[in-house]
Amino acid sequence: MTEVMMKPGAVTTEPVLNRSEYEDFLYHEAALLDAWRLDEWLELFVEGATYEVPTAGAPDDADSSESLFYIADDYFRLRHRIKRLNSKQAHSEWPRSKTLHTVTNVRILGAEADGVRVTSNFVTYRTKNDVTHTFVGRHYYVLRKTDDKLCIVSKRSMLDMDNLRPQGRVSIIV
Amino acid sequence: MATLLKAVPEKTGRWVVEDRNKGVFKVAREAFVSDAIFEKERERIFDKCWLYLGHATELKEANDYLTRNVAGRELIFNRDRKGSYNAFFNVCPHRGAMVAREKCGSALGFKCFYHGWAFNNNGKFATRMGEGFYPEDFGKDGSVDLVRVPRLEEYRGFYFINFDEGAVSLEEYLADSREIIDLVADQSPNGMEIIGGGQQYSINANWKLLLENSFDGYHAEDTHATYFEYLSDYIGGAANDDLSAAKVESRAIDLKNGHAVIEGKAPWGRPIARTIPSWGEDGAADIRAARAELEARLGVEKAHRIADGDRNMGIFPSLVINDIMAITIRTFHPVSSGLIHVNAWAMGPVGEPRIQRKRRLDNFLEFLGPGGFATPDDVEALESAHRGYGNAKFAPWNDISRGLLKDQPTNFDEEQMRCFWREWARRMEDQ
Ligand code: FES
Ligand SMILES: [Fe+2]
Repeated sequence: MTEVMMKPGAVTTEPVLNRSEYEDFLYHEAALLDAWRLDEWLELFVEGATYEVPTAGAPDDADSSESLFYIADDYFRLRHRIKRLNSKQAHSEWPRSKTLHTVTNVRILGAEADGVRVTSNFVTYRTKNDVTHTFVGRHYYVLRKTDDKLCIVSKRSMLDMDNLRPQGRVSIIV
Repeated sequence: MATLLKAVPEKTGRWVVEDRNKGVFKVAREAFVSDAIFEKERERIFDKCWLYLGHATELKEANDYLTRNVAGRELIFNRDRKGSYNAFFNVCPHRGAMVAREKCGSALGFKCFYHGWAFNNNGKFATRMGEGFYPEDFGKDGSVDLVRVPRLEEYRGFYFINFDEGAVSLEEYLADSREIIDLVADQSPNGMEIIGGGQQYSINANWKLLLENSFDGYHAEDTHATYFEYLSDYIGGAANDDLSAAKVESRAIDLKNGHAVIEGKAPWGRPIARTIPSWGEDGAADIRAARAELEARLGVEKAHRIADGDRNMGIFPSLVINDIMAITIRTFHPVSSGLIHVNAWAMGPVGEPRIQRKRRLDNFLEFLGPGGFATPDDVEALESAHRGYGNAKFAPWNDISRGLLKDQPTNFDEEQMRCFWREWARRMEDQ
């Protein structure tokens, strides 16, 4: 039985899987990103999903209607982000950087009506123009099983850094 | 001219060459990569010009403070108990530790952690020393107070500092850029504010590349093709056609003292007063109301200029106020000739309703900042140019001639950059 922290009063409809199933899913996601298989990465998201990267050091409950983020994509903009990254005219990522996404400390935080909340720590390396930059932080997911497949309902990547110096940009998916 | 341009710029002592007869304007790439020139810029530009420190709304109440590095110097920007704004060097008068080490907060005073010296938030030394260690009147003459930045002045809520005690007033320095600042400051009857959560990033390039890029209409179509594709889909029309139309109507304006603005009309939505179909009927209604409010308060003509124009302004040397699909305040500090620290903020009306603020921030993020659809490609272009300038000895000149001979250059010419460079040369070149 997985140990689960429940939000008081939360309505649970989503069954909680073993942690290893979530881990396998997150490792698969990381592998897709490292291989720049971005269309397949996008397919991991349900329609209407969101993808966010608040500014470095923002509080976990930062709200994109009140504070400036780096990325606050609804599903429409997320699709365009991937369309853009697939283009050779996304100059920041063409020629493509090399990335290595590592995922650790996977924990199940609780189940809610729209899915199961899962978090991980991450270290992502991006190499471009002879320099390797490191991004560190935590991913927060809401994951849901539909048609026997795990899908991402939302993903928020919190950067545990002071700012984007020296990284300069978040033009990759961290 | 031809022979001059072949010469290695260092030897001629001229980095900016303008020849109106031939219609050419050239800038030496040496000016971007030379450490000697960078040292000279510190003395002649960053120690002499008004530099942006912060906005009044970042310190909402008495005793609020924030710490910030401006042009390589650690500063405290705060309000004292009476609510007055101050700028201090963040260095202990004793032996130099930084007296404020958090990003921001509220403090009645600052206490240095090293040996415990304390200061009121008006900078006054406020430490009781044990008897016999110091003369009785120690510090009474102000000699161990926090040191104030020589000048701190404000225009419409924008606070600037100057490290030169003898500088002209901020208002005189800002010259005609005040009129463009007004077009931002006047956008709301409640005033304008910095929205929470600034973006801080770095660029491996010379600072002047960022200034040029921030009001460069010429690069938009090529560098930002993927953004305009997104925008066409988002607004349900051909953003590129609108962009072509904008070329005809736009203009570059010399604001004096090295400041310049480009003003035109772009295809994106503007949270102040230009709606787009994807904002729906609610969005259109909000925009109509904003427009009506502007017209009632400021008159039809000024309301039209605020609402329908997009403006990218560079204030010499290192402040950019871009009032485009959102308002960004961007200032940047050279760390070396090849590294910039950038601070960027979004600005919006005080008390803006949540849904409108969300539209504004979405507009900001789709284009601007380190995760936007445009800024990362700008950063790539700047870093790429800076690497290219490593060839300065053999390929010495940038060409900034576009539109030099026109009576009225547009956004898509390079007059705005020439305004910057003429001032840069005036300050840097020995006549
Ligand atoms: S350095 Fe601040 S008290 Fe000594
Ligand atoms: Fe750009």
